[in-house]
Amino acid sequence: MRKITGAQAFIEALRCEGVTHAFGYPGGAVLDIFDAIMDARDIQFILSRHEQGAVHAADGYARASGRVGVCLVTSGPGATNTVTGIATAYMDSIPIVVFTGQVPTHLIGNDAFQEADIVGITRPCTKHNYLVKDVCDLGRVIKEAFYIARTGRPGPVLVDLPKDVMKSTVNFKYPDSLSLESYCPTYKGHPGQIRRIMGLILKSRHPVIYAGGGVTLAGASKELSDFARRLQLPVTTTLMGMGAFPSGDPLSLGMLGMHGTYAANMTVTNSDCLIAIGARFDDRVTGKVDEFAPKAKIIHIDIDPTSISKNVKVDLPVVGDCRMVLRGMLAELAGKDAELAEMLSQTASWRSEIEVWKEQQPLRYCKSEIVKPQYVIEMIDEIAPDDTIITTEVGQNQMWTAQFYKFNEPRLFLTSGGLGTMGYGFPAAIGAQVAFPGRTVIDIAGDGSIQMNIQELATAVQYDLPVKVMILNNGYLGMVRQWQSLFYKKRYSHTSMAVSPDFVKLAEAYGAKGLRVTRPEDVKDAIREALRIPGPVIVDFVVDPEEDVYPMVPAGAPINNMLLV
Amino acid sequence: MRHAISVYVDNQAGVLSRVVGLFSGRGFNIESLSVAPTLDPAKSLMVITTTGNEQVLEQIKKQLNKLINVIKVVDCADRDYVEREMILVKIKAEKETRAEVLRIADIFRAKVIDVSPKSYTLSLTGDKSKLEGFVEILTPIGIIDFVRTGTVVMEREMQGRRKLP
Repeated sequence: MRKITGAQAFIEALRCEGVTHAFGYPGGAVLDIFDAIMDARDIQFILSRHEQGAVHAADGYARASGRVGVCLVTSGPGATNTVTGIATAYMDSIPIVVFTGQVPTHLIGNDAFQEADIVGITRPCTKHNYLVKDVCDLGRVIKEAFYIARTGRPGPVLVDLPKDVMKSTVNFKYPDSLSLESYCPTYKGHPGQIRRIMGLILKSRHPVIYAGGGVTLAGASKELSDFARRLQLPVTTTLMGMGAFPSGDPLSLGMLGMHGTYAANMTVTNSDCLIAIGARFDDRVTGKVDEFAPKAKIIHIDIDPTSISKNVKVDLPVVGDCRMVLRGMLAELAGKDAELAEMLSQTASWRSEIEVWKEQQPLRYCKSEIVKPQYVIEMIDEIAPDDTIITTEVGQNQMWTAQFYKFNEPRLFLTSGGLGTMGYGFPAAIGAQVAFPGRTVIDIAGDGSIQMNIQELATAVQYDLPVKVMILNNGYLGMVRQWQSLFYKKRYSHTSMAVSPDFVKLAEAYGAKGLRVTRPEDVKDAIREALRIPGPVIVDFVVDPEEDVYPMVPAGAPINNMLLV
Repeated sequence: MRHAISVYVDNQAGVLSRVVGLFSGRGFNIESLSVAPTLDPAKSLMVITTTGNEQVLEQIKKQLNKLINVIKVVDCADRDYVEREMILVKIKAEKETRAEVLRIADIFRAKVIDVSPKSYTLSLTGDKSKLEGFVEILTPIGIIDFVRTGTVVMEREMQGRRKLP
């Protein structure tokens, strides 16, 4: 073993974890690490223009690729700027490891220059975090950090690295194994419970699957599709579950909840057996929780025991990995052909009932002379290649994308579901583009959200990342304006983006291309043009300023109480 | 309902903050908390008494278990256990009440651990209800101050004894 510095050991550890890309921003406390990074040709470092952008990019990289995203920033403000990105990843269970610089150990607690207690600050929004006080612990801590981030219910882990620890030398060997006495996620579901679940499902008459982001995280989309098709179960997904089940499948009901489809919300409300898979009964899904699926026996499959019976009392829980449990459930069907046939015939009328709901109230909008945001999204869906990765910002742009873009595969839709972070989509798109340089990556944005991390356009230009930003420019913080319109007597308090930059000129100022569309008949050509241009492009769609997202369930109402168009 | 929960944790900096932060962040109640090292110096034991309905207690236990530094969570309500807490009471003890205070101390088997011309400091160990009874009886005499340690619990040894109904 040779003696190397903490900073060199850090690079070595990343290598051992198979890290090929890292996002971040340098600063005083991490100078040693950045010095070592210069020699690490096998790890591509992407310099963001703000630490928040770096974390979202690592998050987007993780969501698109399924690998752990890595972020490296300096101490103090560098570290605190990552908090929103970490909380975003935490709420959506995304595996990232964030390395922050820290002042030298002897200065910790002295209010030193650029000191922040980032371990204390991020304790409630990380899966776990560490302060490395001794260089001898570095290998173990990094090994644990990556392991904790990607296993069980994934999530962000933060590792705080004091400057003197990175400077000191060590006989470094990356540990082969780890011992975490108190951390052992349950993957395999309880067989007895799986048997009981299948008994309940086979006897149900109005069953429905409610699938969430856990299906994507567990890589269980195929199993979910097999299961749903075999038992002819209608499937509704959460925002995070979009793409976990193909939107194009006749069994798909689309999204449920506040801006869910009429058919999804009616199906859940009338079901007698709700099968929740990798979902967590978020308030945006359940509406008034006491009246959520009131007639249903509730089955809940989740890897995180704390998700079970947190918001809704569950009748039959299984703690386990969605993929393994679904496989177990499929295996339970062996020798039950008669029961299955009986169930399929008994549930036929339920499926016809659902078809009526679908036909009665499909997602729709009124076409007009002004560009409609929903139309832009439909056209993006029509024109973009099948493997296009779509990210969104937060608000109306996000809901319309979930409603009108048809996702047929997992990991193609990256959006901040739990935290609802405006400014997420663009840096996440950059991260996704880094993971898949050859694919089309589109950020569907609003004119408000895009300005929250617009500085990352320089990153996209610098690294030649041809991300396309489609701004649905309505001159408002549209979703907040919608609530003000519906529930605050149209008093539009500070939701008008009265002054915005000229996005075309802005794009050009950054060295990217900008296009503007003001007429519906130009929408398709502009999208084609944007995809044809080799580098990053901003397309500014000037859309109907007062278009609202429907259906909508008012906050706190039961989900079958929908405002339709 | 009141529950005493034993939480075995890694004996490391910041672990107390993780546990306490979990309670405050999720709106769980802490009635008392005591922390000290255990037989194994790498581990500490926290005894937390808390209140909440069944669903809340279930969440508390699951959320505690989810913390990486938490090794084991035991809800004493599921076990047969002994519970003790210590209280130090500084009480007025002037001419007319000095004897009375000592008599009450004797009845509760409290010890006098400090004496001044106008006060006694008593120490008493017992379960929550005994301590509260002690305070109630002493209150009319004039409690100057008291300090409680918080509850600690230990599971009863079962060998050779029948489990209590």
